[in-house]
Amino acid sequence: MCLAIPGQVVEIAQKEPLARVNVGGVTRNVNIGLLDDGAVAPGDWILIHVGFALSKIDEGQAQDQLRMLRAMGEDGLAIEEVRGYSFAEPSR
Amino acid sequence: MKYVDEFRDAGIISGVAREIVRAADPSRLYRIMEVCGGHTHAIYRHGLRDVLPANIELVHGPGCPVCVLPTGRVDDGLAIAARENVILTCFGDMMRVPGTKGTPLELKARGADIRMVYSPLDALRIAASNPEKHVCFFAIGFETTAPSTALTILRAQELGVTNFSVFCNHVTIVPAMRAILDSPDMRIDGFVGPGHVSSITGCRPYEFIARDYGKPVVVSGFEPLDILESILLILRQLDAGEARVENQYKRIVPWEGNPPALMALARVFELRPYFEWRGLGFISQSALGLKSDFAGFDAEKLFNVPGVRVTDPRGAQCGEVLKGVLKPPQCKLFGTECNPEHPVGALMVSSEGACAAYYRYAMHASAVEA
Repeated sequence: MCLAIPGQVVEIAQKEPLARVNVGGVTRNVNIGLLDDGAVAPGDWILIHVGFALSKIDEGQAQDQLRMLRAMGEDGLAIEEVRGYSFAEPSR
Repeated sequence: MKYVDEFRDAGIISGVAREIVRAADPSRLYRIMEVCGGHTHAIYRHGLRDVLPANIELVHGPGCPVCVLPTGRVDDGLAIAARENVILTCFGDMMRVPGTKGTPLELKARGADIRMVYSPLDALRIAASNPEKHVCFFAIGFETTAPSTALTILRAQELGVTNFSVFCNHVTIVPAMRAILDSPDMRIDGFVGPGHVSSITGCRPYEFIARDYGKPVVVSGFEPLDILESILLILRQLDAGEARVENQYKRIVPWEGNPPALMALARVFELRPYFEWRGLGFISQSALGLKSDFAGFDAEKLFNVPGVRVTDPRGAQCGEVLKGVLKPPQCKLFGTECNPEHPVGALMVSSEGACAAYYRYAMHASAVEA
C-alpha cells in the first residue's frame, strides 16, 4: 500500500475526477481529485497511490520512479496493484 | 553494496559515501533516524549501512502503518468483520497482521467475509454492488493515504451510499516524532524525513524539530543516492552547529505540500485527543477520526468495538525495536518463533517493517552486529 506508482495519462473523464492511465501497459482509471482542477492532461505523468494521483511529475521523474521500483523488486507489486483498481472499470 | 552497483549512478554514490566519511567526526557517534518505513526498506535492500562509517547508526523510525497499529485495533477491526452481514475490506498489507484471534487472512479462512482491496474506492464499489450487506473499510496509513480515504467518504456521501463505513486508523507522523524526541531513552541527532508523507504535508510541520529541539530534518527521496545525500546534509548541519529543515526531495515534495489533499483531510477528519501506537504507547493528537458530520460513515460509532488494549505477544519486543532501542536481531523471537512466514509481530509482516527488512536482506550480517 505504500507504493507510489508512475503512470501516464491517456484520457481525462468528462464528469468525474478520473483519468485513464497507462502503467507498464496496464490501463485503469485513477482518481485525480487530490490534484488541482485541470492540473493534468493526456500525455502527462502522475504518481499514483491507492488509486489516487498524488502528484504530477515529469517524464524523467517517472522513469526514475520506475527504475527505483525495479531496484526495490516492487515493480511487479505495482502492476498488480494497478490491475486491482476496479472502482471505475466496467462491471465484469 | 551488492544492490547499489545496479544503479547507473554507482560512481556518484561512492563519491557521496566518501564525502560522508569526510564529514563525520570520528570521535563521535551519530544516531540518525529514518522515519519512513520505505526508507528502512531501501536502506536494507541496497545495503546502505555497508557504505556508512561505523560511527553513523541508522535508527529505524515509526513510519510503517501496519507496524505501529496496536493489536487492540486489529482486534477491533476483526470484531467488525465478525458481525453478520458485514464485509470487511482492507489493504493487502493488513491481511497478515496478527490480532489476538488470528490474522484477517486466517479469519477469512474460518468464514469471515474479509476482502483485500487496492483502493478505498474499491471498498466503496463493493458497498454499492452489495446493498444488502454493510461494507467497512479498515483504513490505515499516514498522511499519504488519509486523503484518499477522505475523498472516498466524500464520494460515498455524494452518491448517497448508506451501507459503507470506515474504521479509521489514520495516524499523523509529526506527533510520533515529537514523542520520540521526548522519550528519555532516545537520543537522535537528526532525522531523514519521510518523502511521500511530506508531498502531502509539506515541510513546515517539521520546523519545530529544528527550532525547539535543535535537530536537523532532511526530507528525502527513496533512491540510494537520495538517502545518502540526506545523511550527508544532516552531517553538514551538525558539523556547522545548525538545525534546519531541508528538502532533498524537491522533485516530488513542494514546501507547502498538497493544498487540495490538505483541504480534503480538514473537511472530513479531526484530530483524536489521543491514540495508541504500538511501542510508543498513547500519543496525544496523533491520529485522525471522522468529524461528527460524517458519523454515518464512522464504523466506531456504528459498531460498538471492544476497544481493548492488548499487550504485545509474550517475548516479542516489537515496541523496543520500533523505538530503535533494540535492533531487530536483538529481539528474543527474531528469526526463530517470529519470521516472515509466521510473523508474531507486525514489524515482521510488512516489507517496510524493520524486522522483515532485516530478515530478508541483512541476516548474514546479524552475527556480527547483534
